[in-house]
Amino acid sequence: MIGPDRWNRARGCQIIAGYASLDGAALPILHALQEEFGYIHEEAATLVAQALNLSQAEVHGIITFYHDFRRAPPGRHVLKLCRAEACQAMNGARLAEALLQTLGIEWGETTPDGALTVEGVHCLGLCACAPSVLYDGKPLGRVDQEVLGTIVQQARGA
Amino acid sequence: MTRVFISCDAASLSLGSARMAQMLGEEAAARGLPLEVVFTGSRGMYWLEPLIEVEAPEGRIAYRPLKPSDVASLFEAGFLSGEAHPLRLGRLEDQPYLARQTRLTFARCGIVDSRSVEDYRAHGGYAGLERALSLEPQAIVDEVKLSGLRGRGGAGFPTGIKWDTVLHAEAAQKYIVCNADEGDSGTFADRMLMEGDPFSLIEGMTIAGLAVGATKGFIYIRSEYPHAYRAMSDAIEIATEAGYLGSSVLGSGRAFTIEARLGAGAYICGEETSLLESLAGRRGMVQAKPPLPALVGLFGKPTAVNNVLSLAAVPWILAHGAQAYAAFGMGRSRGTQPIQLAGNIKRGGLIELAFGTTLREVIEDFGGGTATGRPVKAVQVGGPLGAYFPASMLDISLDYEAFAAAKGMLGHGGIVVFDDTVDLSRQARFAFEFCAAESCGKCTPCRVGAVRGVEVMDRIIAGIEPEKNFEVLDDLCILMTDASLCAMGGLTPVPVRSALTHFPEDFAKAPRIHPAAE
Repeated sequence: MIGPDRWNRARGCQIIAGYASLDGAALPILHALQEEFGYIHEEAATLVAQALNLSQAEVHGIITFYHDFRRAPPGRHVLKLCRAEACQAMNGARLAEALLQTLGIEWGETTPDGALTVEGVHCLGLCACAPSVLYDGKPLGRVDQEVLGTIVQQARGA
Repeated sequence: MTRVFISCDAASLSLGSARMAQMLGEEAAARGLPLEVVFTGSRGMYWLEPLIEVEAPEGRIAYRPLKPSDVASLFEAGFLSGEAHPLRLGRLEDQPYLARQTRLTFARCGIVDSRSVEDYRAHGGYAGLERALSLEPQAIVDEVKLSGLRGRGGAGFPTGIKWDTVLHAEAAQKYIVCNADEGDSGTFADRMLMEGDPFSLIEGMTIAGLAVGATKGFIYIRSEYPHAYRAMSDAIEIATEAGYLGSSVLGSGRAFTIEARLGAGAYICGEETSLLESLAGRRGMVQAKPPLPALVGLFGKPTAVNNVLSLAAVPWILAHGAQAYAAFGMGRSRGTQPIQLAGNIKRGGLIELAFGTTLREVIEDFGGGTATGRPVKAVQVGGPLGAYFPASMLDISLDYEAFAAAKGMLGHGGIVVFDDTVDLSRQARFAFEFCAAESCGKCTPCRVGAVRGVEVMDRIIAGIEPEKNFEVLDDLCILMTDASLCAMGGLTPVPVRSALTHFPEDFAKAPRIHPAAE
């Protein structure tokens, strides 16, 4: 099971129209769509292409180029774990591996109950308090197995 | 009313500063004590956080590091008047960590209310812009040239020369683009500055606009920095309302506006041509140079692309004069470099120093050794494309030329410390893995080379035909270095080769790569 699908065409069109006049509007639009719906629906990509006078292939290219943009709904909560060197130096890689193993998922996947999506990121700029994560946009530093366990519990309880 | 200062920098938040602020406010209210919480950026002394400072007659008195359970005892001890408490540290300025620094760019960070332009001004802000408004564009450019300021993003190109090119380019529209895609692991100075002193970046960009004749600026902030994006967006709005940005900057009749834009999780967008593609709404594909962005940049117009720290150094230079800035530093590295100390380190944080301090002073004197208490084995300087140095090489001077001579780069000034549990063959593998994940894919040496690099490292780690595989690795490193379009593929061999050269014991057998081979 994955997270709930919140895609709504009318709201999507509204969002696109709100940003379409910007110079270089593609990223601001895609961010706004993902902020609203959690991912970029295939239909949304078509609408973006129409609004910006781009081909569908170009919009597909943009969405798939950037690590941020999801093409399927995430879980109810999203945990972004830093995988870069400063966090590696503080045991981050082993912590992450253990977490994924416990949850039985790979990077970028969602737990079967739809509670938690775990994504890897390359650096959150919290390198002096490694290892670090962003949980639903909230930064957490000096993370250990216990903190990660609490996050999983919270995600499942909520 | 007593003022208490708490950092709302993302790293401080990650250590619980918001909760401390809330609890202090609640406890003060419950006790009927007047208390004003001022949200600042971080002082860059993260091992002390969560940290609060109280305004007392002798200065700001720090208490650190705090837990929620400390709140009641702080009030009972009378911390609001700076009284004694086991967690009382005294004035941070008296701590050697801060006292030994030369804070020019970060002079206000952690001190001022990061959302108050009045506070910025009260601490010397906008003196540089006022001077710039009285100067001809060429005079501003010359001042920056004379200061010796070089790009703090990593490449170290002289900022004034770049501006000169944009100034003399003929075009109806020019742009200032601030590169805030601070992707290197171990770096966070851009983030700290944007969250703690956003108006200094706005002022620096405005001066840059006046200097080159640009009326519009963009700040491209990586999406991994949501707090910096919000802080910059708020500051732009506040500065615009106060007349520091807009159609007539401070009533001068000269226009300059700024827009903050978010990246979308692509390391390569820190490369300037890729960043400009991304800003224009396309895939962040690296472009061949020439044409230089200074001549054909954003939307095809002349564009000055500068790092956050380069732009934020400009107000100080204009306010105090080029000579004063150039008086710091050594050789061709003038001024100060904000060093970021991270990874396995006891006292990690932001250390702004004149160029020329050694790596050892930073790691041992400032950092206090590893957080785990184990010996330092390796230090990576300059991000994922920077070299790994062994503990025996820590006497390298922190300046552009000394690092180049040691086959590394200072880059954006990030230092990541590893203890003796690190396996450098794994780090070499990661360098390729990172490149494979973050390559834009335009040139073959980088796109394919990174994947082949992971494969060959896997074979070496597994001990499969090491002789032959070291030879393949050597070939691959030469090819990527010589034939990649940009620094992503071109520098990925740097961490790999430095790991091989300095830590041969971590690879199944002694490497056959000649350390001298370029």
